[in-house]
Amino acid sequence: MTEQIDEGLRSELQRQGIWVTSMQDLYNWGRKNSIWPLQFGLACCAIEMIATAASRYDIARFGGEVFRPSPRQADLMIVAGTVTKKMAPQIVRLYNQMPDPKYVIAMGACAISGGPFKQGYNVLKGIDRYIPVDVYIPGCPPRPEALLHAFMELQRKIDEQKLRGSDKAEHLRPDQPSEFPVPAFGAHDLEPTANADVFHPMKIEREG
Amino acid sequence: MTPNPYLFIIVFVGVALVFPVIPLGLAWLWRRFFQPSKPGMEKNATYECGVESLGDAQIQFRSQYYLYAIIFLIFDVEAIFLVPFAVAFTGLPVGAFIAILIFLLLLLEGLIWAWGKGCLNWAK
Repeated sequence: MTEQIDEGLRSELQRQGIWVTSMQDLYNWGRKNSIWPLQFGLACCAIEMIATAASRYDIARFGGEVFRPSPRQADLMIVAGTVTKKMAPQIVRLYNQMPDPKYVIAMGACAISGGPFKQGYNVLKGIDRYIPVDVYIPGCPPRPEALLHAFMELQRKIDEQKLRGSDKAEHLRPDQPSEFPVPAFGAHDLEPTANADVFHPMKIEREG
Repeated sequence: MTPNPYLFIIVFVGVALVFPVIPLGLAWLWRRFFQPSKPGMEKNATYECGVESLGDAQIQFRSQYYLYAIIFLIFDVEAIFLVPFAVAFTGLPVGAFIAILIFLLLLLEGLIWAWGKGCLNWAK
């Protein structure tokens, strides 16, 4: 937004008991404190996710305790565990069926890259091949604190999203897709093996 | 002066209407001015745990199930009466015993009648 309120004036007003906020701050404040994750787990990371939701770690402190059994009511997809090639189309389909704005946390080494099963014939080498991932958590499996950290990182990301302007949030841009092609079972592998629009692997440049 | 007792109901109805309409209206305005609509084939598809849905949701059950539901009622009603009958069995006078026996025989006759009519055979 172009006409931002002066920070000094804002804090001066706050001292007098008057809170001034912008539409964008209010919208993001509401969104980041009520992120409803989709309730599904894929492997051992799901146990850590369950621990995060339970009382000791208590994800409710961050407004994320409402695990929804339907993607229609979910904002966040926590890909918790090994994504097998059998499961990958279902994951992408569930992501597609979530309403905008939607976010993805890739939890654990398997969801990021295939992890210890990377060389396995049946394991997808990272869910970011098909859907855009917002936060990656390393670990095998990550501790609940790591998931909470990822949750806070996601809140920070949501807080920084713009409502207007050329760099506004993706879900507010009509040209940005909301659903991605679902891979099909091919003769040997999923087809396509990666969505080129989503998957941008780092290029390794070797000297010499 | 006491207010009309129905005034509370009118206030209640008013609040019950306004309370959900305001968020719905705000959501509608938000969609209208900020959020572009992005429908899609996959997004609007029937949710079936991520699996592609097969067939039609508007299936019909065969009418033969109706007969089974009727015959089930025989045993359903019978069970309700049999439990108190069994509990009070030792203290029952002969008249009550004969009455419940007639009742059971009536139900049994209904079952035998249905059996004779061929209701227990699955009609193709």
